Amino acid sequence: MERLTFDLAAQPLRELNTFLHTGAKEGKVGHVTVLNPDGAHNIAVGLDCPIDVEVVGHAGYYAGGMNKAATVTITGSAGTGVAENMMSGKVHVKGFASNGAGASAHGGLLVIEGDAGLRCGISLKGGNIVVGGSVGSFSAFMAQAGRMVICGDAGDALGDSLYEAVLYVKGEVKSLGADAQYEEMSAEDIAAVASLLDQAGLDHDPKAFKRIASKRSLYHWNADANQEY
Amino acid sequence: MCGIVGLLVKTPALREKLGELMVPMLIGMTERGPDSAGLAVFGNPLAETERKISIYSGLTEDGADFNWLGLGHALKEHLGVAVSVEPKGNHAILSFDVAPAIIKRWIAEHHPKLHILSTGRSIDLYKDIGTPAEVAARYGFDKLTGSHLVGHTRMATESAVTPDRAHPFTAGEDFCLVHNGSLSNPNGIRRMLEPRGIRFETDNDTEAACRFLEWRLREGDDLETALQKGFEELDGFFTFLMGTPDKLALIRDPFACKPAVVAETDDYVAIASEFRSLAHLPGIKHATVFEPAPEEMYVWNA
Repeated sequence: MERLTFDLAAQPLRELNTFLHTGAKEGKVGHVTVLNPDGAHNIAVGLDCPIDVEVVGHAGYYAGGMNKAATVTITGSAGTGVAENMMSGKVHVKGFASNGAGASAHGGLLVIEGDAGLRCGISLKGGNIVVGGSVGSFSAFMAQAGRMVICGDAGDALGDSLYEAVLYVKGEVKSLGADAQYEEMSAEDIAAVASLLDQAGLDHDPKAFKRIASKRSLYHWNADANQEY
Repeated sequence: MCGIVGLLVKTPALREKLGELMVPMLIGMTERGPDSAGLAVFGNPLAETERKISIYSGLTEDGADFNWLGLGHALKEHLGVAVSVEPKGNHAILSFDVAPAIIKRWIAEHHPKLHILSTGRSIDLYKDIGTPAEVAARYGFDKLTGSHLVGHTRMATESAVTPDRAHPFTAGEDFCLVHNGSLSNPNGIRRMLEPRGIRFETDNDTEAACRFLEWRLREGDDLETALQKGFEELDGFFTFLMGTPDKLALIRDPFACKPAVVAETDDYVAIASEFRSLAHLPGIKHATVFEPAPEEMYVWNA
Protein backbone atom coordinates (compact mmCIF):
# COMPACT_ATOMS: atom_id res chain seq x y z
CA MET A 1 0.00 0.00 0.00
CA GLU A 2 1.22 3.48 -0.82
CA ARG A 3 1.67 6.30 1.65
CA LEU A 4 0.84 9.92 0.94
CA THR A 5 1.61 13.14 2.79
CA PHE A 6 -0.39 16.36 2.75
CA ASP A 7 1.25 19.45 4.21
CA LEU A 8 -1.51 21.87 5.14
CA ALA A 9 1.05 24.68 5.40
CA ALA A 10 1.49 24.36 1.63
CA GLN A 11 -1.72 22.69 0.41
CA PRO A 12 -5.32 23.72 0.98
CA LEU A 13 -7.40 21.51 3.26
CA ARG A 14 -9.84 20.93 0.41
CA GLU A 15 -7.12 19.05 -1.49
CA LEU A 16 -6.73 16.62 1.40
CA ASN A 17 -10.45 16.09 1.93
CA THR A 18 -11.12 15.73 -1.81
CA PHE A 19 -8.48 13.00 -2.01
CA LEU A 20 -9.91 11.25 1.03
CA HIS A 21 -13.41 11.34 -0.53
CA THR A 22 -12.40 10.22 -4.03
CA GLY A 23 -8.85 8.96 -4.72
CA ALA A 24 -8.64 7.12 -1.42
CA LYS A 25 -11.52 4.87 -2.48
CA GLU A 26 -9.37 3.32 -5.21
CA GLY A 27 -7.64 1.48 -2.38
CA LYS A 28 -4.05 2.05 -3.47
CA VAL A 29 -3.15 4.40 -0.63
CA GLY A 30 -3.29 2.86 2.82
CA HIS A 31 -1.88 5.68 4.90
CA VAL A 32 -2.12 9.46 4.73
CA THR A 33 -0.02 11.75 6.90
CA VAL A 34 -1.30 15.29 7.49
CA LEU A 35 1.38 17.80 8.48
CA ASN A 36 0.87 21.26 9.98
CA PRO A 37 -2.86 20.93 10.72
CA ASP A 38 -2.46 24.10 12.85
CA GLY A 39 -5.98 23.92 14.25
CA ALA A 40 -7.79 23.90 10.88
CA HIS A 41 -11.45 22.89 11.02
CA ASN A 42 -12.99 19.84 9.31
CA ILE A 43 -9.81 17.80 8.82
CA ALA A 44 -10.61 14.32 7.46
CA VAL A 45 -14.37 14.66 7.79
CA GLY A 46 -16.87 12.40 6.07
CA LEU A 47 -14.49 9.56 5.24
CA ASP A 48 -16.12 6.35 4.07
CA CYS A 49 -13.38 3.90 3.18
CA PRO A 50 -10.85 1.99 5.27
CA ILE A 51 -7.74 4.17 5.30
CA ASP A 52 -5.36 5.34 8.05
CA VAL A 53 -5.05 9.09 8.44
CA GLU A 54 -2.48 10.47 10.86
CA VAL A 55 -2.80 14.16 11.74
CA VAL A 56 0.51 15.34 13.19
CA GLY A 57 -0.30 18.26 15.51
CA HIS A 58 -3.41 20.01 16.80
CA ALA A 59 -6.69 19.76 14.89
CA GLY A 60 -9.54 22.29 14.95
CA TYR A 61 -13.30 21.72 15.04
CA TYR A 62 -15.04 18.53 13.85
CA ALA A 63 -11.89 16.52 13.00
CA GLY A 64 -12.87 13.02 11.87
CA GLY A 65 -16.55 14.00 11.93
CA MET A 66 -19.02 11.57 10.33
CA ASN A 67 -16.22 9.02 10.02
CA LYS A 68 -17.11 5.67 8.46
CA ALA A 69 -14.56 2.80 8.27
CA ALA A 70 -11.43 4.97 8.43
CA THR A 71 -8.92 5.25 11.29
CA VAL A 72 -8.03 8.85 12.08
CA THR A 73 -5.24 9.52 14.59
CA ILE A 74 -4.52 13.01 15.92
CA THR A 75 -1.16 13.27 17.68
CA GLY A 76 -2.02 16.60 19.36
CA SER A 77 -5.31 17.95 20.66
CA ALA A 78 -8.69 18.16 18.95
CA GLY A 79 -11.12 21.07 18.91
CA THR A 80 -14.89 21.06 19.41
CA GLY A 81 -16.87 18.11 18.04
CA VAL A 82 -14.13 15.61 17.24
CA ALA A 83 -15.63 12.45 15.67
CA GLU A 84 -19.06 14.05 15.82
CA ASN A 85 -21.67 11.73 14.35
CA MET A 86 -19.12 8.97 13.64
CA MET A 87 -20.69 5.92 12.01
CA SER A 88 -17.86 3.35 12.30
CA GLY A 89 -14.07 3.12 12.31
CA LYS A 90 -11.88 4.78 14.88
CA VAL A 91 -10.78 8.28 15.84
CA HIS A 92 -7.86 8.42 18.27
CA VAL A 93 -6.78 11.69 19.93
CA LYS A 94 -3.43 11.48 21.73
CA GLY A 95 -3.85 14.84 23.47
CA PHE A 96 -6.98 16.46 24.91
CA ALA A 97 -10.30 17.06 23.19
CA SER A 98 -12.55 20.10 23.51
CA ASN A 99 -16.32 20.19 24.01
CA GLY A 100 -18.81 17.84 22.40
CA ALA A 101 -16.34 15.05 21.58
CA GLY A 102 -18.08 12.10 19.92
CA ALA A 103 -21.44 13.87 19.97
CA SER A 104 -24.23 11.67 18.60
CA ALA A 105 -21.78 9.03 17.30
CA HIS A 106 -23.73 6.08 15.88
CA GLY A 107 -20.83 3.63 15.87
CA GLY A 108 -17.08 3.25 15.87
CA LEU A 109 -14.61 3.99 18.65
CA LEU A 110 -13.40 7.39 19.84
CA VAL A 111 -10.29 7.31 22.03
CA ILE A 112 -9.12 10.44 23.84
CA GLU A 113 -5.92 9.82 25.79
CA GLY A 114 -6.06 13.16 27.61
CA ASP A 115 -9.04 15.00 29.09
CA ALA A 116 -12.27 15.67 27.23
CA GLY A 117 -14.19 18.94 27.61
CA LEU A 118 -17.85 19.41 28.43
CA ARG A 119 -20.70 17.46 26.84
CA CYS A 120 -18.48 14.54 25.75
CA GLY A 121 -20.68 11.85 24.19
CA ILE A 122 -23.79 14.02 24.22
CA SER A 123 -26.65 12.18 22.52
CA LEU A 124 -24.44 9.14 21.89
CA LYS A 125 -26.31 6.79 19.55
CA GLY A 126 -24.29 3.59 19.58
CA GLY A 127 -20.63 4.54 19.35
CA ASN A 128 -18.05 3.78 22.03
CA ILE A 129 -15.88 6.42 23.70
CA VAL A 130 -12.82 5.78 25.87
CA VAL A 131 -11.34 8.79 27.69
CA GLY A 132 -7.96 8.29 29.35
CA GLY A 133 -8.34 11.47 31.42
CA SER A 134 -11.39 13.21 32.82
CA VAL A 135 -14.58 14.48 31.18
CA GLY A 136 -16.27 17.84 31.74
CA SER A 137 -19.81 18.54 32.89
CA PHE A 138 -22.95 17.32 31.11
CA SER A 139 -21.15 14.42 29.47
CA ALA A 140 -23.35 11.66 28.02
CA PHE A 141 -26.38 13.96 28.20
CA MET A 142 -29.33 12.08 26.63
CA ALA A 143 -27.01 9.32 25.44
CA GLN A 144 -29.15 6.69 23.78
CA ALA A 145 -26.89 3.74 23.01
CA GLY A 146 -23.23 2.79 23.17
CA ARG A 147 -20.67 2.91 25.97
CA MET A 148 -18.38 5.46 27.54
CA VAL A 149 -15.33 4.43 29.57
CA ILE A 150 -13.91 7.30 31.65
CA CYS A 151 -10.58 6.52 33.30
CA GLY A 152 -10.38 9.82 35.22
CA ASP A 153 -13.10 11.92 36.84
CA ALA A 154 -16.39 13.33 35.57
CA GLY A 155 -17.84 16.82 36.07
CA ASP A 156 -21.39 17.77 36.99
CA ALA A 157 -24.57 16.12 35.73
CA LEU A 158 -22.97 13.03 34.23
CA GLY A 159 -25.49 11.03 32.21
CA ASP A 160 -28.34 13.49 32.60
CA SER A 161 -31.54 12.12 31.00
CA LEU A 162 -29.66 9.01 29.97
CA TYR A 163 -31.42 6.46 27.77
CA GLU A 164 -29.77 3.08 27.13
CA ALA A 165 -26.11 4.07 26.86
CA VAL A 166 -23.93 2.74 29.69
CA LEU A 167 -21.13 4.69 31.37
CA TYR A 168 -18.14 3.35 33.26
CA VAL A 169 -16.13 5.71 35.46
CA LYS A 170 -12.97 4.93 37.40
CA GLY A 171 -12.48 8.25 39.20
CA GLU A 172 -14.74 10.66 41.06
CA VAL A 173 -18.07 11.84 39.67
CA LYS A 174 -18.86 15.37 40.77
CA SER A 175 -22.58 14.75 40.33
CA LEU A 176 -24.91 12.47 38.40
CA GLY A 177 -27.56 14.02 36.18
CA ALA A 178 -31.29 13.43 36.47
CA ASP A 179 -32.31 9.79 36.07
CA ALA A 180 -28.75 8.40 36.11
CA GLN A 181 -27.81 5.85 38.77
CA TYR A 182 -24.94 3.63 39.85
CA GLU A 183 -25.45 -0.06 39.19
CA GLU A 184 -23.57 -3.27 39.98
CA MET A 185 -20.76 -4.21 37.62
CA SER A 186 -21.58 -7.63 36.10
CA ALA A 187 -19.01 -9.98 34.58
CA GLU A 188 -20.28 -8.75 31.22
CA ASP A 189 -19.58 -5.13 32.17
CA ILE A 190 -16.05 -5.98 33.29
CA ALA A 191 -15.43 -7.82 30.02
CA ALA A 192 -16.82 -4.87 28.01
CA VAL A 193 -14.59 -2.38 29.84
CA ALA A 194 -11.55 -4.66 29.44
CA SER A 195 -12.21 -4.98 25.73
CA LEU A 196 -12.65 -1.23 25.19
CA LEU A 197 -9.52 -0.40 27.23
CA ASP A 198 -7.63 -2.97 25.17
CA GLN A 199 -8.86 -1.44 21.89
CA ALA A 200 -7.87 1.98 23.19
CA GLY A 201 -4.43 0.79 24.26
CA LEU A 202 -4.96 2.02 27.83
CA ASP A 203 -3.91 0.11 30.90
CA HIS A 204 -6.43 0.21 33.77
CA ASP A 205 -8.02 -2.42 36.00
CA PRO A 206 -11.51 -2.98 34.53
CA LYS A 207 -12.77 -4.01 37.99
CA ALA A 208 -12.02 -0.51 39.31
CA PHE A 209 -14.79 1.07 37.22
CA LYS A 210 -18.30 1.93 38.38
CA ARG A 211 -21.31 1.40 36.12
CA ILE A 212 -23.80 4.20 35.53
CA ALA A 213 -27.04 3.65 33.63
CA SER A 214 -30.54 5.03 33.36
CA LYS A 215 -33.16 4.71 36.12
CA ARG A 216 -35.69 4.91 33.30
CA SER A 217 -38.02 6.99 35.43
CA LEU A 218 -38.10 9.73 32.78
CA TYR A 219 -39.21 7.32 30.08
CA HIS A 220 -42.86 7.96 30.81
CA TRP A 221 -44.40 11.28 31.65
CA ASN A 222 -45.52 11.48 35.24
CA ALA A 223 -47.94 14.33 35.72
CA ASP A 224 -47.69 13.96 39.53
CA ALA A 225 -43.93 14.47 39.63
CA ASN A 226 -44.33 18.25 39.87
CA GLN A 227 -40.86 19.11 38.52
CA GLU A 228 -39.24 16.92 41.18
CA TYR A 229 -36.76 15.23 38.87
CA MET B 1 -19.37 34.39 17.50
CA CYS B 2 -16.26 36.46 18.14
CA GLY B 3 -12.56 35.82 18.52
CA ILE B 4 -10.34 36.77 21.41
CA VAL B 5 -6.58 36.81 21.62
CA GLY B 6 -4.16 37.65 24.39
CA LEU B 7 -0.41 37.66 24.61
CA LEU B 8 1.89 38.23 27.56
CA VAL B 9 5.65 38.07 27.01
CA LYS B 10 7.82 36.86 29.88
CA THR B 11 11.14 37.48 28.14
CA PRO B 12 11.87 41.24 28.20
CA ALA B 13 13.51 41.07 24.75
CA LEU B 14 10.18 39.97 23.26
CA ARG B 15 8.47 43.22 24.35
CA GLU B 16 9.79 44.81 21.17
CA LYS B 17 8.07 42.08 19.14
CA LEU B 18 4.73 42.04 20.95
CA GLY B 19 2.78 43.47 18.02
CA GLU B 20 4.58 41.42 15.40
CA LEU B 21 3.79 38.18 17.26
CA MET B 22 0.17 39.20 17.82
CA VAL B 23 -0.94 40.32 14.35
CA PRO B 24 -1.17 36.76 12.94
CA MET B 25 -3.10 35.78 16.08
CA LEU B 26 -5.66 38.51 15.40
CA ILE B 27 -5.87 37.71 11.69
CA GLY B 28 -6.27 34.01 12.57
CA MET B 29 -9.57 34.93 14.23
CA THR B 30 -11.02 36.62 11.11
CA GLU B 31 -13.62 33.90 10.46
CA ARG B 32 -14.88 34.23 14.03
CA GLY B 33 -15.03 38.03 13.85
CA PRO B 34 -14.87 39.75 10.47
CA ASP B 35 -16.76 42.99 11.19
CA SER B 36 -14.55 44.86 13.69
CA ALA B 37 -11.29 44.41 15.54
CA GLY B 38 -9.39 46.06 18.32
CA LEU B 39 -6.75 45.70 20.94
CA ALA B 40 -5.42 47.20 24.12
CA VAL B 41 -1.70 47.13 24.74
CA PHE B 42 0.00 47.65 28.10
CA GLY B 43 3.51 49.11 28.29
CA ASN B 44 5.76 50.88 30.76
CA PRO B 45 3.60 53.15 32.92
CA LEU B 46 3.88 56.92 32.80
CA ALA B 47 5.02 58.83 35.91
CA GLU B 48 2.57 58.70 38.79
CA THR B 49 0.91 62.05 38.09
CA GLU B 50 0.79 61.62 34.30
CA ARG B 51 -2.04 60.09 32.31
CA LYS B 52 -2.75 59.22 28.71
CA ILE B 53 -5.97 58.78 26.82
CA SER B 54 -6.64 57.01 23.53
CA ILE B 55 -9.18 58.88 21.39
CA TYR B 56 -11.15 57.95 18.28
CA SER B 57 -12.12 60.59 15.69
CA GLY B 58 -13.91 58.35 13.16
CA LEU B 59 -17.31 59.63 14.30
CA THR B 60 -16.38 63.29 13.66
CA GLU B 61 -16.90 65.01 10.29
CA ASP B 62 -13.17 65.04 9.61
CA GLY B 63 -12.70 61.36 10.42
CA ALA B 64 -9.11 60.27 9.88
CA ASP B 65 -8.22 63.86 8.84
CA PHE B 66 -9.08 65.17 12.27
CA ASN B 67 -6.67 67.93 13.29
CA TRP B 68 -5.03 66.20 16.26
CA LEU B 69 -2.18 68.71 16.57
CA GLY B 70 -4.77 71.49 16.56
CA LEU B 71 -6.51 69.73 19.45
CA GLY B 72 -3.21 69.68 21.33
CA HIS B 73 -2.72 73.43 20.74
CA ALA B 74 -6.30 74.19 21.79
CA LEU B 75 -5.87 72.29 25.06
CA LYS B 76 -2.70 74.27 25.74
CA GLU B 77 -4.41 77.53 24.92
CA HIS B 78 -7.65 77.00 26.87
CA LEU B 79 -6.50 74.90 29.80
CA GLY B 80 -2.82 75.82 29.92
CA VAL B 81 -1.94 72.13 29.87
CA ALA B 82 1.00 70.79 27.86
CA VAL B 83 -0.31 67.80 25.94
CA SER B 84 1.82 65.48 23.85
CA VAL B 85 -0.10 64.13 20.87
CA GLU B 86 0.64 60.93 18.92
CA PRO B 87 -1.77 60.81 15.97
CA LYS B 88 -2.46 57.60 14.02
CA GLY B 89 -5.18 58.40 11.47
CA ASN B 90 -8.52 58.38 13.25
CA HIS B 91 -6.82 57.48 16.54
CA ALA B 92 -4.54 59.51 18.76
CA ILE B 93 -2.90 59.13 22.13
CA LEU B 94 -2.78 62.27 24.29
CA SER B 95 -0.43 62.38 27.30
CA PHE B 96 -0.49 65.10 29.98
CA ASP B 97 0.23 65.82 33.62
CA VAL B 98 -3.19 66.79 35.01
CA ALA B 99 -6.27 64.92 36.15
CA PRO B 100 -7.75 63.28 33.03
CA ALA B 101 -11.27 64.48 33.96
CA ILE B 102 -10.19 68.06 33.14
CA ILE B 103 -9.08 67.10 29.63
CA LYS B 104 -12.05 64.80 29.02
CA ARG B 105 -14.56 67.45 30.14
CA TRP B 106 -13.08 70.01 27.75
CA ILE B 107 -13.10 67.52 24.87
CA ALA B 108 -16.72 66.48 25.57
CA GLU B 109 -17.73 70.16 25.50
CA HIS B 110 -15.83 71.22 22.39
CA HIS B 111 -15.60 67.99 20.37
CA PRO B 112 -18.61 65.90 21.46
CA LYS B 113 -18.11 63.43 18.61
CA LEU B 114 -14.61 62.46 19.72
CA HIS B 115 -14.81 59.11 21.51
CA ILE B 116 -12.47 58.41 24.43
CA LEU B 117 -11.35 54.79 24.20
CA SER B 118 -9.16 54.40 27.26
CA THR B 119 -7.56 56.26 30.15
CA GLY B 120 -4.57 55.31 32.25
CA ARG B 121 -0.84 55.24 32.73
CA SER B 122 -0.12 52.02 30.82
CA ILE B 123 -2.92 51.35 28.34
CA ASP B 124 -3.18 52.30 24.65
CA LEU B 125 -6.29 51.22 22.80
CA TYR B 126 -7.27 50.89 19.15
CA LYS B 127 -10.52 49.63 17.71
CA ASP B 128 -12.50 50.14 14.54
CA ILE B 129 -14.78 48.44 12.07
CA GLY B 130 -13.17 46.42 9.28
CA THR B 131 -11.52 43.01 9.01
CA PRO B 132 -8.76 42.22 11.51
CA ALA B 133 -6.14 42.52 8.74
CA GLU B 134 -7.47 45.95 7.71
CA VAL B 135 -7.61 47.24 11.27
CA ALA B 136 -4.14 45.84 12.06
CA ALA B 137 -2.66 47.57 9.00
CA ARG B 138 -4.55 50.83 9.67
CA TYR B 139 -2.79 51.36 13.00
CA GLY B 140 0.46 49.43 12.44
CA PHE B 141 -0.32 46.81 15.07
CA ASP B 142 2.83 44.93 14.05
CA LYS B 143 4.97 47.78 15.40
CA LEU B 144 3.37 47.83 18.86
CA THR B 145 5.58 47.12 21.84
CA GLY B 146 4.75 46.33 25.45
CA SER B 147 4.48 43.56 28.00
CA HIS B 148 0.99 42.25 27.24
CA LEU B 149 -2.13 42.91 25.21
CA VAL B 150 -5.68 41.77 24.68
CA GLY B 151 -7.31 41.75 21.27
CA HIS B 152 -10.70 40.97 19.80
CA THR B 153 -12.32 40.25 16.46
CA ARG B 154 -16.06 40.87 16.41
CA MET B 155 -19.07 39.26 14.78
CA ALA B 156 -21.82 41.42 16.23
CA THR B 157 -24.84 39.74 17.78
CA GLU B 158 -25.99 41.96 20.64
CA SER B 159 -25.60 45.49 19.27
CA ALA B 160 -24.80 47.31 16.03
CA VAL B 161 -21.52 47.22 14.09
CA THR B 162 -19.98 50.56 15.06
CA PRO B 163 -16.47 51.45 16.25
CA ASP B 164 -17.61 52.29 19.79
CA ARG B 165 -19.28 48.89 20.12
CA ALA B 166 -16.13 47.06 19.02
CA HIS B 167 -13.95 45.57 21.75
CA PRO B 168 -11.95 46.03 23.96
CA PHE B 169 -14.17 47.94 26.37
CA THR B 170 -12.59 49.95 29.15
CA ALA B 171 -13.78 51.43 32.41
CA GLY B 172 -11.93 53.57 34.93
CA GLU B 173 -8.19 53.57 34.38
CA ASP B 174 -5.93 50.89 32.95
CA PHE B 175 -8.61 48.20 32.82
CA CYS B 176 -9.97 46.57 29.69
CA LEU B 177 -12.06 43.56 28.79
CA VAL B 178 -12.86 41.60 25.64
CA HIS B 179 -15.74 39.17 25.41
CA ASN B 180 -16.75 36.22 23.30
CA GLY B 181 -20.35 35.36 24.02
CA SER B 182 -23.52 37.13 25.06
CA LEU B 183 -24.86 38.16 28.46
CA SER B 184 -28.49 37.65 29.40
CA ASN B 185 -28.65 40.19 32.25
CA PRO B 186 -26.70 43.26 31.05
CA ASN B 187 -29.68 45.54 31.65
CA GLY B 188 -30.02 44.33 35.23
CA ILE B 189 -26.33 45.08 35.75
CA ARG B 190 -26.83 48.55 34.27
CA ARG B 191 -29.80 49.25 36.53
CA MET B 192 -27.67 48.23 39.50
CA LEU B 193 -24.66 50.37 38.50
CA GLU B 194 -26.28 53.54 37.11
CA PRO B 195 -27.72 54.74 40.45
CA ARG B 196 -24.15 54.45 41.77
CA GLY B 197 -23.09 57.13 39.31
CA ILE B 198 -21.56 54.78 36.74
CA ARG B 199 -22.28 56.05 33.23
CA PHE B 200 -22.63 53.85 30.15
CA GLU B 201 -21.60 54.90 26.65
CA THR B 202 -23.26 52.19 24.57
CA ASP B 203 -26.07 49.63 24.75
CA ASN B 204 -23.54 46.81 24.45
CA ASP B 205 -23.75 43.85 26.85
CA THR B 206 -19.97 43.60 27.21
CA GLU B 207 -19.79 47.16 28.48
CA ALA B 208 -21.97 46.07 31.43
CA ALA B 209 -19.50 43.31 32.36
CA CYS B 210 -16.55 45.66 31.96
CA ARG B 211 -18.06 48.38 34.15
CA PHE B 212 -19.23 45.85 36.74
CA LEU B 213 -15.77 44.34 37.20
CA GLU B 214 -13.99 47.70 37.20
CA TRP B 215 -16.50 48.95 39.80
CA ARG B 216 -15.63 45.98 42.03
CA LEU B 217 -11.90 46.68 41.62
CA ARG B 218 -12.45 50.34 42.48
CA GLU B 219 -14.46 49.30 45.55
CA GLY B 220 -11.32 47.56 46.78
CA ASP B 221 -11.71 43.98 45.56
CA ASP B 222 -8.56 42.34 44.27
CA LEU B 223 -8.85 40.91 40.78
CA GLU B 224 -9.67 37.39 42.00
CA THR B 225 -12.45 38.63 44.31
CA ALA B 226 -13.88 40.82 41.54
CA LEU B 227 -13.91 37.87 39.14
CA GLN B 228 -15.64 35.70 41.75
CA LYS B 229 -18.36 38.38 42.05
CA GLY B 230 -18.51 38.35 38.25
CA PHE B 231 -19.30 34.62 38.31
CA GLU B 232 -22.09 35.33 40.79
CA GLU B 233 -23.64 38.35 39.05
CA LEU B 234 -23.01 38.00 35.31
CA ASP B 235 -25.37 35.59 33.60
CA GLY B 236 -24.92 34.29 30.09
CA PHE B 237 -22.22 32.93 27.88
CA PHE B 238 -18.75 34.32 28.11
CA THR B 239 -15.10 33.88 27.71
CA PHE B 240 -13.67 37.11 29.16
CA LEU B 241 -10.08 38.20 28.77
CA MET B 242 -9.04 41.18 30.87
CA GLY B 243 -5.96 43.36 31.07
CA THR B 244 -4.57 45.46 33.91
CA PRO B 245 -1.13 47.11 34.01
CA ASP B 246 0.48 43.98 35.44
CA LYS B 247 -1.99 41.17 34.77
CA LEU B 248 -3.81 39.24 32.11
CA ALA B 249 -6.88 37.34 33.35
CA LEU B 250 -9.24 34.83 31.76
CA ILE B 251 -12.57 33.34 32.86
CA ARG B 252 -15.15 31.15 31.13
CA ASP B 253 -18.80 30.64 32.03
CA PRO B 254 -19.82 27.40 33.81
CA PHE B 255 -21.08 25.87 30.55
CA ALA B 256 -17.87 26.75 28.67
CA CYS B 257 -20.06 27.73 25.74
CA LYS B 258 -17.33 29.86 24.19
CA PRO B 259 -13.93 28.42 23.42
CA ALA B 260 -10.44 29.27 24.65
CA VAL B 261 -7.02 27.68 24.28
CA VAL B 262 -3.83 28.63 26.11
CA ALA B 263 -0.24 28.00 25.00
CA GLU B 264 2.55 28.64 27.45
CA THR B 265 6.32 28.54 27.01
CA ASP B 266 9.23 30.00 29.00
CA ASP B 267 8.92 33.08 26.77
CA TYR B 268 5.19 33.83 26.63
CA VAL B 269 1.60 33.01 27.51
CA ALA B 270 -0.71 33.18 24.51
CA ILE B 271 -4.49 32.86 24.62
CA ALA B 272 -6.90 32.55 21.73
CA SER B 273 -10.39 31.31 21.00
CA GLU B 274 -8.88 28.58 18.85
CA PHE B 275 -5.52 26.96 18.31
CA ARG B 276 -5.32 28.19 14.73
CA SER B 277 -4.44 31.63 16.11
CA LEU B 278 -1.52 30.17 18.08
CA ALA B 279 -0.05 27.87 15.43
CA HIS B 280 2.48 30.39 14.10
CA LEU B 281 4.03 31.33 17.47
CA PRO B 282 7.72 30.52 17.97
CA GLY B 283 8.31 27.29 19.87
CA ILE B 284 4.61 26.38 19.73
CA LYS B 285 5.40 22.73 19.02
CA HIS B 286 6.93 22.46 22.49
CA ALA B 287 4.49 24.77 24.27
CA THR B 288 2.18 23.54 27.01
CA VAL B 289 -1.21 23.75 25.32
CA PHE B 290 -4.38 23.43 27.40
CA GLU B 291 -8.01 24.36 27.48
CA PRO B 292 -8.93 26.57 30.46
CA ALA B 293 -11.66 24.98 32.60
CA PRO B 294 -15.08 26.60 33.03
CA GLU B 295 -15.65 28.76 36.13
CA GLU B 296 -11.93 28.82 36.97
CA MET B 297 -9.78 31.94 37.17
CA TYR B 298 -6.60 32.17 35.19
CA VAL B 299 -4.39 35.13 36.06
CA TRP B 300 -0.93 35.70 34.59
CA ASN B 301 1.48 38.34 35.83
CA ALA B 302 3.34 40.61 33.44
